[in-house]
Amino acid sequence: MAEFENEIVVEDPTAPASDSPAVASTRSVEIVASLLLIAFAALMAFDNWRIGMGWAPDGPRAGYFPFYLSIILGAASIYGLVGSLLRRADATGTFVTRDQLRRVMQVFVPTFAFCLLTQWLGLYVASFLLVAGFMRIIGRIALWKSLLTSFVFTLAMFITFELAFDVIMPKGPIEALFGH
Amino acid sequence: MEAFGLLLHGFHVLLTIKTLSLMMVGLVLGIFVGVLPGLGGPNGVAILLPLTFTMDPTSAIVMLSCIYWGALFGGAITSILFNIPGEAWSVATTFDGYPMAQQGRAAEALTAAFTSSFIGSLVAVLLITFLAPGIASFALRFGPPEFFAVYLLTFCSFVGLGREEKHKTLISMSLGLLIAGIGMDTVSAQLRMTFGWSELYRGINFLVAVIGLFGISEILLTMEERLALRGHSAKISLRVVWKVWKDLPRYWVTLLRSSAIGCWLGITPGGAIAASFMGYNLAKRFSKDKESFGKGRIEGVFAPETAAHASGTSALLPMLALGIPGSGTAAILLGGLMVWGLNPGPLLFVEHKDFVWGLIASMYLGNLVGLVMVLSTVPLFAAVLRVPFSAIAPMIVVSCAVGAYAIQNAMFDIWLMLAFGVVGYVFKKIGIPLAPFTLALVLGNRAEDAFRLSMIGAGGDMRVFWSNSLVGSITTLALLLLFWPLISLGWRVIHQRMVKSASP
Repeated sequence: MAEFENEIVVEDPTAPASDSPAVASTRSVEIVASLLLIAFAALMAFDNWRIGMGWAPDGPRAGYFPFYLSIILGAASIYGLVGSLLRRADATGTFVTRDQLRRVMQVFVPTFAFCLLTQWLGLYVASFLLVAGFMRIIGRIALWKSLLTSFVFTLAMFITFELAFDVIMPKGPIEALFGH
Repeated sequence: MEAFGLLLHGFHVLLTIKTLSLMMVGLVLGIFVGVLPGLGGPNGVAILLPLTFTMDPTSAIVMLSCIYWGALFGGAITSILFNIPGEAWSVATTFDGYPMAQQGRAAEALTAAFTSSFIGSLVAVLLITFLAPGIASFALRFGPPEFFAVYLLTFCSFVGLGREEKHKTLISMSLGLLIAGIGMDTVSAQLRMTFGWSELYRGINFLVAVIGLFGISEILLTMEERLALRGHSAKISLRVVWKVWKDLPRYWVTLLRSSAIGCWLGITPGGAIAASFMGYNLAKRFSKDKESFGKGRIEGVFAPETAAHASGTSALLPMLALGIPGSGTAAILLGGLMVWGLNPGPLLFVEHKDFVWGLIASMYLGNLVGLVMVLSTVPLFAAVLRVPFSAIAPMIVVSCAVGAYAIQNAMFDIWLMLAFGVVGYVFKKIGIPLAPFTLALVLGNRAEDAFRLSMIGAGGDMRVFWSNSLVGSITTLALLLLFWPLISLGWRVIHQRMVKSASP
């Protein structure tokens, strides 16, 4: 291979190890997902049966179309469930390893916290905290860089949506201080 | 040439400073979206959709479609320089594109990719320009039964022709149709599947689901993988561009074949990925020198890129003419049409000439400007990848939340987006395709309305779907496609028996 003067290299020090132990097999997740889908289909079928899945004098009633859809959904999910039950667990591979799950949680938990904070503090404050916190704690980027990037980003969002495009976001006590 | 006059009118609509600058903004955003890991065409368009809510429809669609063209161009940059396909349809581009970059021919590969993308979409836009008005005026004669038959055809072709396991496609589609039905029933004004939960009364918004399914789930999936990258930077000089363009006529068969495959698969739903692979494989099969494919052959870049762009562009044809999207991104654009207060379908060509022809004109101009832009700014965009993902990921999350909230100003939608993010993550990992879900969600209510209107018109007689030759042949074709796997299986069994009994 030839040598290059212009190589772009980005390292990932916390990458999930390839030999990390499995938390769940694809088969078990498939089984759980099929069961949930069957339950969902049953619930929907019940509600559509309740409001009327038959024919009124002028055509199908409100529950007709979705009732048969929930039957199709249920049948396809049962087919999937039987299929996964019949297969051996090791034939389907790993759904997620422990390292991978840890990384996914590193995004999911902050995102969840961000949604909660948006409810109390408004979107812009939550956004500032999310970006700064994520960069500092998970990305291990220098504090001043994280704070600065986050501030500039949040300000840019505020100007773009609130001022330039008139798209109104949930706001909390801090925006109220500035009269927004 | 009526289409030509209308197209000129479209350019007239387009050539204002405001629209042109929105076009540039759209292209730049789109290339960013295409280059960044964890973002791509459909999610980029979905996340940036809220920006357009207060614009007039023509500016809005021009900006959004330019984001889409930009994302298609951007996907090629990462495939070639980093061996990371930004989109599933860029996978085939890495086969020969990355080896070329390794041999120090990155600039050549990129020029080839961008040029063939341009050619592919040009062919598709020409098709749209001259075919779409005809299809639309033909479709004006459609009544509810015809429309339902066309919707049925769309759904059935997903099940019958998709590569995924059939029951998974079926799960994805019926779930989408069910969720589309939640809330107030449009015909009888009855509440259904809400279980007294007032947040559900207005229904589950299609765009909220899409932002969760594509945006949030993609970040979860990206984090799971190793994020280290190693690639080449490249600078394209005029000399290289000239060198590649000079050789273009030699590859006209490949380009034409890939364009045709792309256009065909783009119009049939769910085709862009298949198109790029098929373009690549056919170029390989018809080549005299099969061994050199995969080792940095320029044809291996031309073939999949042309096909992918042709299909990405022609996916807009059924969306414009019939109101049926040919791809996930087209489905999101269709969702946008409804937000801007337009009613997708054949009437668009009659009632909103400015909109339709402005969009078609912007396809020509957007692709041309996009080509010049990517050719001149590649180093800049490749450098974007140096930005650490831990800075990009939270920003994408915030943008998704902004997008989800802005649609109906509801906090509930942000939670819904998160839930769909988890669903999308699990579905992708257990192989349940998301495209049928998206399509079902956006078409669900319209399909149901068409069904019920035809039932009301026919007094509940199912034979209305075979009442004339047009609707009858569409319905029959739909059922044939649905049972196609069974039919071809049966055919093979019979064929084998015949062979056996013939040979004693």
